[in-house]
Amino acid sequence: MDFKNTPKIDQVGLVERADRFKTRSIKKESKIQGLKLALNMIDLTTLEGKDTSGKVKQLCYKAMHPDHSLNVPTVAAVCVYPNYVAIAKSALGNSKVNVAAVATAFPSGNSNLKVKLEDTRMAVDAGADEIDMVISRGKFHEGEYQFVFDEIAAIKEACGKARLKVILETGELGTADNVRRASDIAIHAGADFIKTSTGKISPAATMPVTLLMLEAIRDHYLKTGKMVGMKPAGGISDAKTALHYLVMLRETLGQDWMSNRWFRFGASRLTNDILMQLKKQESGIYQSGDYFSKD
Amino acid sequence: MAKQNSFSLKFDTDWQYAPAPESTDHVEIKDRYDLFIGGKFVKPSSNKYFKTINPATEEPIAEIAEANEKDVDSAVKAARKAFPKWSSLAAKERGKYIYRIARLIQERAREFSVIESIDGGKPIRESRDIDIPLAAAHFFYYAGWADKLEYAFPNRKVEPLGVAGQIIPWNFPLLMAAWKIAPALACGNCVVLKPAETTSLTALKLAELIQDAGLPEGVVNIVTGAGKTGAAIVNHKDVDKIAFTGSTEVGKMIQKAVAGTGKKTTLELGGKAANIIFEDAPIDQAVEGIINGIFFNQGHVCCAGSRLFIQESIKEEVEQKLKARLETLIVGDPLDKNTDVGAINSKEQLDSIEKYLKIGKAEGLESFQANVTVPKKGYFCKPTLFFNVAQSSRLAQEEIFGPILAIQSFRTVDEVIEKANNTPYGLSAGVWSDKGSKAFNLSSQLKAGVIWANTFNKFDPTSPFGGYKESGHGREGGMHGLEAYLKIS
Repeated sequence: MDFKNTPKIDQVGLVERADRFKTRSIKKESKIQGLKLALNMIDLTTLEGKDTSGKVKQLCYKAMHPDHSLNVPTVAAVCVYPNYVAIAKSALGNSKVNVAAVATAFPSGNSNLKVKLEDTRMAVDAGADEIDMVISRGKFHEGEYQFVFDEIAAIKEACGKARLKVILETGELGTADNVRRASDIAIHAGADFIKTSTGKISPAATMPVTLLMLEAIRDHYLKTGKMVGMKPAGGISDAKTALHYLVMLRETLGQDWMSNRWFRFGASRLTNDILMQLKKQESGIYQSGDYFSKD
Repeated sequence: MAKQNSFSLKFDTDWQYAPAPESTDHVEIKDRYDLFIGGKFVKPSSNKYFKTINPATEEPIAEIAEANEKDVDSAVKAARKAFPKWSSLAAKERGKYIYRIARLIQERAREFSVIESIDGGKPIRESRDIDIPLAAAHFFYYAGWADKLEYAFPNRKVEPLGVAGQIIPWNFPLLMAAWKIAPALACGNCVVLKPAETTSLTALKLAELIQDAGLPEGVVNIVTGAGKTGAAIVNHKDVDKIAFTGSTEVGKMIQKAVAGTGKKTTLELGGKAANIIFEDAPIDQAVEGIINGIFFNQGHVCCAGSRLFIQESIKEEVEQKLKARLETLIVGDPLDKNTDVGAINSKEQLDSIEKYLKIGKAEGLESFQANVTVPKKGYFCKPTLFFNVAQSSRLAQEEIFGPILAIQSFRTVDEVIEKANNTPYGLSAGVWSDKGSKAFNLSSQLKAGVIWANTFNKFDPTSPFGGYKESGHGREGGMHGLEAYLKIS
């Protein structure tokens, strides 16, 4: 595969198409169903220097029991640094909530392969179900696409049974054409998911960038029959935006991708807004933010 | 390009969108509408009325007056009477009136949008986001020109023509009224406008709005009726200008009727636009543009991209993606905010479109319709693709004016230019290529009034619009649009 010659993207048309999804009006039962689905797709995330085992444990509890007064599903996973995987794993016990770990010198990815592999194995050995790696953006900009490809392939091997999410950090790639190229590299190198952002760079996930990644996934599926998942991360903080993403997912990839096996939201604040909206659908009025746990 | 396999996506999802109907509570529609002549609503001299139908339900909405020659004559007289004062009014004052109309349209945008969708069948998303805002934008744009006409034509003397007779089609009722009325008023003319008989309501609501705006009596007159009423305007001796948007057939009749009379004409007629996609195009964005190019407003668009030319190397991929995109188009209730394709404007038009579906079948063409449900009542047509259409097929040659795309293929640039220009029409065209030089080459060689590159169906008041060949003559929009309503010496 010649990654220098990946499909062309027209930025203006891309944004126009993404905006069109926002005109879909999601009401009533459709809204409730969509919000619950979105909640179930969240990778509840804490990636801070000041993370502690206490914080991680609290987050895990929230992941399993988002709200006691509502009949809602759990989130999909808890996303932490590798050194908190074991704590998260034991806190989540037998629940269906997965543990995802960022690895490979997250967030910059500036280290050598040996360290990155070590980082990955450490997380996998501690029980991580999913690994969120970052690509080497510097090498990508240098045109070293084979290097980027080989690195992803090596990490994928180190993941063993854990599913690999490949973070492109689209905010650092500069153009839509580059995002498409990076998506194709990651998909061909064996990514189980492609993911927009670390959350440490602005812009993080946007609808246009997510759309073009969904289209890369679709093109790969139509040619090979192999499904790849998608995870927009960072910047999706309200329920309405999450529903727009689901509309986009529904109308780009369809039924087979409409579960947390193939689509995730990397987010921390989104959970409470979804809960607030669900509570509003149930009671007819918006509740104070104080009724929702801030973790 | 790699061969496409048989893997397909499933858009019949567990998660469905609930109905999201636009509220109609704020809409006021009278049971009966009279003619708007000399600033007042007056009964038609024949005392005849006809029904306007909601094409999505087949139910009557209101009764509309039918204007005969006598009524048209009084409308023209009212316009003539108003002309001396209106044309000599300080230009900046004229501009103020037009600005006021623009602002009132914005204020009542919701009501206008809903009525446009009820009366014409177009999805509320389009009337709300395109038709009504663009109509207001045209008034705003030409209001600005009113006191700057000399700057548009430096070192020339400009004068208004007098009374303009304007006949507009049913596909963009209020927008076409704006395209016609705004430049005419800005240049100091008075007008007699006739909306299409299936979609008179927003023009009559505009008449009410014009009353509210305090426009001097007789400057704008609106007479309703069918072809006979239109003929009465065209043949009236005291009309100085005919502006017509509609079919090429009627355009030819008008051209014959005004021959030798000294009446100026602007004709914006039919089209059969070529939309050309090259192998170096941004495919996904092109597919979206092709879909919007043909299914926008149910394909009732004179500049619709109704002939698609795909370069053979990407034919399979593009066709597969077009089919997939068709599956996600929502066809149905025009008032539902999620509807993409609404109702066909009239029974007559639906019959005409269905005739072409039969022709396609008779020619043995492979076709595709999405697995969408269409309401039982009302005039609906599923979006349709016809593949491997020959240049000699009627589907490639005739304007269908419905949601039907004729797909053809080509190998070289020269071949596609020849095929694209091989039509009596020449209104619009589209080119899809990531290579700028190719787009510029095509745009200079395609014989069409509007050529879009990597987009389609984009409209703006600042941009002139009009055709080559049998798509008409004269330009509307932009500075060029002023010329049609001025004597320039």
